[in-house]
Amino acid sequence: MKRRQFNRALAATAALAAVPASIPFVRAQARSLKVGVLLPRSGVQAGIGQDCHRGVEVGTGILKQLGYPSLEIMNGDTESNVDVARSRAERLISEGAQLLVGAFDSGQSTAIAQVAEQRGIPFVINIAAAPPITEQGYKFVFRNFPTAPVILGDAFANQLEVFQLAGAAPKTCVFMHVNDTFGVAMQKGFTGVMSKFTMPYKVADTIAYDPAARDLSVEVAKAKASGAEALIMVSRLNDAILITRELVKQRWNPLAVLSMGPGWYEDQYLKTLGKLADGPLSFVPWYDPNKKLAKQLEAAHRKAHPEINLNTNHVYTFEALLVAADAFKRAGTAEPKALADAIRATNITDNVSPGPGIMFNAKGQNDKLKNSAIQNRGGKLVTVAPKDAANAKPELPMRPYNKR
Amino acid sequence: MALGLSVIFGVVRVVNFAHGEMMTVAMYLTLTLFTALKLDPLVLLVPIGAVLFAFGYLLQRALINPFINRPEHSQFMLLVAVALVLVNVQLIIFGPDAQGIRTAYSFDSFEIGPVIADASKVYAAGAALVVAAALFAFFRFTLLGKAIRACADNYEGARVVGLDVKRLYALTFGLGAACVGAAGAMLMVVGDVTPALGPAYTLLAFVIVITGGLGSMPGALLGGLLIGVTEALGGVLFTPSAKSMFAFGLLVLVLLFRPEGIVGRKAS
Repeated sequence: MKRRQFNRALAATAALAAVPASIPFVRAQARSLKVGVLLPRSGVQAGIGQDCHRGVEVGTGILKQLGYPSLEIMNGDTESNVDVARSRAERLISEGAQLLVGAFDSGQSTAIAQVAEQRGIPFVINIAAAPPITEQGYKFVFRNFPTAPVILGDAFANQLEVFQLAGAAPKTCVFMHVNDTFGVAMQKGFTGVMSKFTMPYKVADTIAYDPAARDLSVEVAKAKASGAEALIMVSRLNDAILITRELVKQRWNPLAVLSMGPGWYEDQYLKTLGKLADGPLSFVPWYDPNKKLAKQLEAAHRKAHPEINLNTNHVYTFEALLVAADAFKRAGTAEPKALADAIRATNITDNVSPGPGIMFNAKGQNDKLKNSAIQNRGGKLVTVAPKDAANAKPELPMRPYNKR
Repeated sequence: MALGLSVIFGVVRVVNFAHGEMMTVAMYLTLTLFTALKLDPLVLLVPIGAVLFAFGYLLQRALINPFINRPEHSQFMLLVAVALVLVNVQLIIFGPDAQGIRTAYSFDSFEIGPVIADASKVYAAGAALVVAAALFAFFRFTLLGKAIRACADNYEGARVVGLDVKRLYALTFGLGAACVGAAGAMLMVVGDVTPALGPAYTLLAFVIVITGGLGSMPGALLGGLLIGVTEALGGVLFTPSAKSMFAFGLLVLVLLFRPEGIVGRKAS
């Protein structure tokens, strides 16, 4: 072969090789979606981050069973730190993540949302309640988790139902909250939302505390000194344990502990405190135990982690992946814009969380979600409200700590 | 814990930036031994102090000693590296979850009139006082203690009279580490441990020793007391979430008006 013939042959081969990639209809549909899952796997929120990760492990298996395309999970650790969350999001996108999921915490999710919007990569928030995240006009940020005002509103409604069912209610309460993005958002909404309900109690004092506190004796002493009958809490796991220990040590037996956040129902709380963990009521985004997919998730979770109860962390992390897989299936491509459009059009009625299903409003928020009231009983969690999703009656007042 | 930091700096003139991480090592040792032997942490503080002493001694001889005459930033980088290694080893072995122990008196308290005192904290404070008294007695009444003080007072003079300064430095670092070991055992009585706990305690120890006087043992005790009371009063009288603000406010005041610390000596 002469040099010119060789060059022509080479050019023809190159042109033929390039043709399929340049013609859209010939391009093969992406077979899997690269999902960057950002969670606080270390730092002060490590326990909860690891818990969310269990939702990823169990959830991907169920999605496969349901016939969704496979998700290629890329794990990222936010180290419970907003700046680290931002840099990890950047890194995951650079490494090829086509969609982001995370990040349990409002501050960290806010940082990731900014990165996702700048880079044009869809971000499905699993857990984060601060309202501003979906109030920024973002086009690539979606949240299947209630905002703080919704959690609060449902919490007051469920409390009224619980007090009525139990035939007991506190007359005064102390509101204690963790002083981070989530806690402050809840605190800001608390008074405004409470005024919309006819609650039987008055708030004697509001106490904010450091999320990384190693000792909460002063905070509990101050709460006890207010003379309140009950505690309303917005906390995390470690502080919930610290506060319970202080309640016992300071010999304070509140009529009720009403939690409007994580911590008090989590397995580590139940495991660490044993019978001292019984009694607190948590008003949280939960799951509807009567739904078909909830039963399937519960069974798969029990098989994988028999010692751990299914909880908010697992459910909403699973649902974030469900949203991703469903959108990818409908879009047929991992192209970010198409994926974001598909997420916006989500309408999943076969889901796990309470309410009609997963669907997003123009702001990217699922505003159809409902919350539940759950109570710790003998190391397990029972749902006591709303009535149509309940499997037990509330026990109020709480049994005194010194009589357990 | 602050006492250990002060002892190390007072003699060896090295600021131990791995102090908090060494304490979490002691806490995990306490946790492991408590789980295996069911011995009270306040009993375990003796063997754990001994283990940390050996660790500190070897660390000083093997790693820190070559850095004694190097610039301070080199020492800083070395000890930060040691801290990072310790944190990550703990993460690998014990995981990120908070872990604690439950003793027979974990939930006990003493009621004295309107005041309720946490029994665990009272016992731990008692043990801390015993450890501090033993350390004071060691430095004041033993020959070895006097030799270490001589090194702290005059490095060249100590060498001239024939003291083995390198060995004494290693012993001092070991003693400081033993204090951290004892502190770790005591802290397990009052709280949980995570690998991420170290830096916060290193910072707290710095605030305490700088307030009291860097290198002064009575200063470390006084500083600890002042910071603790300031935080508690700040929390009760103002807002608990601003507790640390009051502690750091006190530190700023001390640095402004008495930079050598409340009982520290001015550099000659």
